[in-house]
Amino acid sequence: MDFITLIIICVKALVVFAAIMLTVMAMTLAERRISAFMQNRLGPNRVGPKGLLQPLADGIKFLMKEDVIPSGVDKPIFLLAPVMLIVPALMTFAIIPFGSELHLFGREIQLQVADINIGILYILALTSVGVYGIVLAGWSSNSKYPLLGGLRSSAQLISYELAMGLAIVSIILLAGSLRLNDIIIQQQGHFLSWNVFKQPLAFLIFLVAVYAETNRLPFDLTEAEQELVGGYHTEYSSIKFAMFYMAEYANMVTASALTVTLFLGGWDIPLVNEAALGNLGVLFSVVAFAIKTALFLFIFIWVRWTFPRFRYDQLMRLGWKVMLPLALVNIFLTAGYLTLTV
Amino acid sequence: MATIVTSYEPTFWDKLYFPALLRGLMVTLRHFFQKKVTIQYPDTKYIPPEGYRGLHRLNKYPDGRIRCVACEMCAAACPSGCIHIVPGAPPWEDGKERYPISFDIDLLRCIFCGFCEMACPEQAIELTEIYDFSNSSREGLWINKDGLLEVYEMTKDENYYKKQSHDAEMKSG
Repeated sequence: MDFITLIIICVKALVVFAAIMLTVMAMTLAERRISAFMQNRLGPNRVGPKGLLQPLADGIKFLMKEDVIPSGVDKPIFLLAPVMLIVPALMTFAIIPFGSELHLFGREIQLQVADINIGILYILALTSVGVYGIVLAGWSSNSKYPLLGGLRSSAQLISYELAMGLAIVSIILLAGSLRLNDIIIQQQGHFLSWNVFKQPLAFLIFLVAVYAETNRLPFDLTEAEQELVGGYHTEYSSIKFAMFYMAEYANMVTASALTVTLFLGGWDIPLVNEAALGNLGVLFSVVAFAIKTALFLFIFIWVRWTFPRFRYDQLMRLGWKVMLPLALVNIFLTAGYLTLTV
Repeated sequence: MATIVTSYEPTFWDKLYFPALLRGLMVTLRHFFQKKVTIQYPDTKYIPPEGYRGLHRLNKYPDGRIRCVACEMCAAACPSGCIHIVPGAPPWEDGKERYPISFDIDLLRCIFCGFCEMACPEQAIELTEIYDFSNSSREGLWINKDGLLEVYEMTKDENYYKKQSHDAEMKSG
């Protein structure tokens, strides 16, 4: 690896990091504005034009607040937990391709921080690590409500990770590869070649599982402010509290990008050959990827402000008795179809 | 009579849940595009309807004389005892023989019931549509005769808030 390649990788990592952080900031505002609009309110519109500087004001407020560390907490773990949550959320995005190949100064630059050939395994591994942040935050707080939140989180993860993994398996069967780029290439061409239309059942299962995975309503049992005060982050304050929220939104961004990559053809624009358009096509592909991701981010918020929270046993029943069998049946059908036709 | 309650048996379509979920999503989407009900208060003000019972005023005759004859009917009708009148001889020779030397209302005690308005034989005291007259001191919420006459000048022609929003429009061009 020569020096320039190293620089290119650093720049890509920086761009992706900045893009996620900006999206997270925009999401905090979007969440409040969209929720307000859905309740016939206006939402925060005072700071800056149309309230666009509200995330900045929120950030400053969080930094200025007193950082309370309650006595009796397990201090090292208590301090580490927010980091444990946000790092996997940001790391997951590293392998998501956000555009087609860029040709610059005779070099081929892939718009993806790392092109790993076991990409999907990497994602599944990191999302499982992410839950440690929540569990440790709940455990180290030395308080009953965060502990309950953490416990619920781990139980929720087990019941949904399986269904999600199995939904992805059917995609892997179609693509014949764990590389995300191969999965996108397999979906290129027509609208109907997108995996949403090929695998509608897997898409629905994956979508529901992703909501459970990111702890968003209707599966936000770990937070459940009506029952658990604030859930796992009850004892946190100031910027550490903000970090939990940043992690939640970063997780949402990553989950949306992943959904787009697996089911909506990633950066691919249907019926358009990006490679023929040169670097302009690359720009189009990035924009297409951003638009698709934004759509899923909107759906995240939309769903949150529409549905009530599941009860704990309902969540378990849905995970183990509905989604898991359905995902298995789906794999069975997909594999059967592939063996009969190919 | 016993009523027979038959519970609704969910059909297969109901058990799929997704149609119902989509209907729910459509409800929130519809509200997303609806007109918003928020009034951005200091910028735009709520215009109260006719008959709103807000701040009091003391009416005048067209020649500028005060209508009130200090009969103290309003003070008698007042359930919270917030009206304090000192009657006396008027400064003019002709016309009404009684006149309020001072006319104070304790707005902190007033419950804005409008009984004073009903009791008044001269249609002198009236409640207006003004609702935002808060003050940071107790003394500031005592309104005297001059204040009440000023309120009359502010509200006699037009709804106070309609005029305000009209003035603001004129100012902004």
